[in-house]
Amino acid sequence: MKIVKIDKKTWAAGIEKLTASYRLFGPVKEGDFHNFKELGSGEAPDLDCLNTRLSAKAIIYPQSENMFEYSLDESREDHHILKEVDTDYSPRAVIGIRPCDAKAFELVGLNFDTSEYKDPYWIKAREATTLIGLACSSPGSNCFCTTAGCGPFHEDGLDALVVDTGDHFLAKILTEKGEQLFAAAGWKQEAKAAGKQIEALKQEAEAKIASSVNTDNLSALDTTQLYNASFWEDVSFSCINCGTCTFVCPTCWCFDIQDETHGNSGVRMRNWDSCMYPLFTLHGTGHNPRGTKLHRVRQRFMHKLKYYVDKYDAGIQCVGCGRCVRSCPVNIDIRRVCELMNSFDSEKDTCAA
Amino acid sequence: MLSYIDKIKEISSRLLKDGTVDMIIGFRRGTVPMMNEPHFAKTTGDVEQLVWDSNCGINLANYLANRTEKIGIIAKGCDSRNIVTHIIENKIKREQLTIIGVPCKGMIDKRRINAMFDGEILQVAENGNTITVSGDGFEKKLEKDDMLQQNCRLCIHRNPVIYDELVAEQVEEQQDIDRYADIREIEALPPKEKESYFTDLFSACIRCYACRNACPLCYCPTCFVDESRPQWVGKSQDPADIKTFHFLRAYHCAGRCTDCGSCERVCPVGINMRILTRKLEKDSFELFGWEAGLSMDVRPPLDTYKPGDPDDFIK
Ligand code: SF4
Ligand code: SF4
Ligand code: SF4
Ligand code: SF4
Ligand code: SF4
Repeated sequence: MKIVKIDKKTWAAGIEKLTASYRLFGPVKEGDFHNFKELGSGEAPDLDCLNTRLSAKAIIYPQSENMFEYSLDESREDHHILKEVDTDYSPRAVIGIRPCDAKAFELVGLNFDTSEYKDPYWIKAREATTLIGLACSSPGSNCFCTTAGCGPFHEDGLDALVVDTGDHFLAKILTEKGEQLFAAAGWKQEAKAAGKQIEALKQEAEAKIASSVNTDNLSALDTTQLYNASFWEDVSFSCINCGTCTFVCPTCWCFDIQDETHGNSGVRMRNWDSCMYPLFTLHGTGHNPRGTKLHRVRQRFMHKLKYYVDKYDAGIQCVGCGRCVRSCPVNIDIRRVCELMNSFDSEKDTCAA
Repeated sequence: MLSYIDKIKEISSRLLKDGTVDMIIGFRRGTVPMMNEPHFAKTTGDVEQLVWDSNCGINLANYLANRTEKIGIIAKGCDSRNIVTHIIENKIKREQLTIIGVPCKGMIDKRRINAMFDGEILQVAENGNTITVSGDGFEKKLEKDDMLQQNCRLCIHRNPVIYDELVAEQVEEQQDIDRYADIREIEALPPKEKESYFTDLFSACIRCYACRNACPLCYCPTCFVDESRPQWVGKSQDPADIKTFHFLRAYHCAGRCTDCGSCERVCPVGINMRILTRKLEKDSFELFGWEAGLSMDVRPPLDTYKPGDPDDFIK
């Protein structure tokens, strides 16, 4: 693995060069918050951003995405036929994505790219994307990545990891894609001996993570007993089922398919959906198997912290980015719920059904 | 307001112990600065978790609709007005409720405080009118009165309008408040500019509907935006659909909204959708002399007809 040193003075010029071969995305401050945006010419990613309000998932999996278009105009030969829409899958790169968001794509891939099912839109977009991570040297107070299978210098999902040493950047090139991007940017000064320095900064950063979850017991728990635990009423009481937690989450992947027709033409699109919404599970009969907010809140946590754990044996469906903790309008905290679940003891749970 | 909590706990324990109520709805301490979580207490042990400070901006009336228990609810001025609205709209019965009134001194604007600092805020402590904000390498003292949510700065009903117990002496109501200066500015805009004002206002909306779900008024079993047979509103990020949601929801709140600020407070992207509800509040006041939730004995103007009702806005 190669380490490249980037003089901060050449950073902007390198980014500018990349615009010739990539659509660039990065964190940009808009109003009070940072969000990922496609960068215009001369626009630089804001590397001082602690983390963005919404995750980077929309770059690969937009909130609304057209899949097909159709015409209802019977004078046309192709009327009533679904045709794939043209989507721009030219190379894109995300500069300054945090390791948690990059790792999240790996988690989502376990669902969207399996040997049985392939989500063509997600897979094509993912393949077109190069992820240049920015290591977190000052993690946030709600970041609990190190106990959620990730970390401030975590490399999974990334094509390169950039570390800010203060005077300059050091970048670990992790994949072929990363190699290509660095060549295109003209950053090529190797820093062979810098591995130790990165390792030291990594340990320093990991030591700053002040927040954690325990997940060691989750897979051993009995699903039905956990499902019937008495704490769900307490956990779900304040929830307003707004779905914010799932929209801001880099690992939440659910969507809904809609047709929208205007006059004689229309599109079939998919939009993010959320298990927190009653409509999500409403059957055509009118029956709703998750008819109460307790059902829905339980579903979110059971999915992330139990069903996913059991199904994929790859840890929890959470990278510890802390966004849901920060954004939940009523302060439902996944760390607290994870603790309740992980330490659940069916014998002691007197009210369990 | 910090001193209220002892009284809140004392009343709550008493009500639970003597069986007057099955549960108390209040707040417990949040896990991040400037956040408390709506919470219920069913035992005197649970009561210990209750807190009260300037981070209790969520409207607790939202947790009442259609509940069947006997409930003790902690109510600020605005919550109490939404409780009145719930009662006249048959969402809860007066007899079910023991209202623990809190004379309110306003809630702080977490979004504004967060925006004032570059670094992450790790702690916010409150002492009288002083708010001490601290983080890694900084500490700053702020006057609470300067940091209130806009709805609280404009509030003229801080004392609960209905209550069974009161946790402290009533507070003085704010005088000479011009509630609608910003609304008049928007009213005065030419149509094109008004349109772009609203397009900008809602451009960051992610359609999570937190604003709707945090609002005590929005209790419809199926909201018009969720209706699928027929479907009234598209579901994508189309600005026309987003605006349709906001305008229609605001109209559904006309003559009912108490400007409690919950909707704005919960918005994950910080949109001030109260601009819409306050315009309707202004109209309700100017046309019908009506302020929502002040009395259980008067029907709201939009569900009664009086021969003298103004009609010159019908063109
Ligand atoms: S963000 Fe909070 S209130 Fe909203 S659905 Fe998620 S847990 Fe519930
Ligand atoms: S569940 Fe919360 S902390 Fe975990 S990845 Fe999603 S938003 Fe981040
Ligand atoms: S609107 Fe009035 S009563 Fe409600 S929280 Fe603000 S100051 Fe208190
Ligand atoms: S809470 Fe904010 S983002 Fe969510 S629907 Fe309302 S205005 Fe839009
Ligand atoms: S519309 Fe907003 S301000 Fe009005 S009652 Fe509902 S939550 Fe409160």
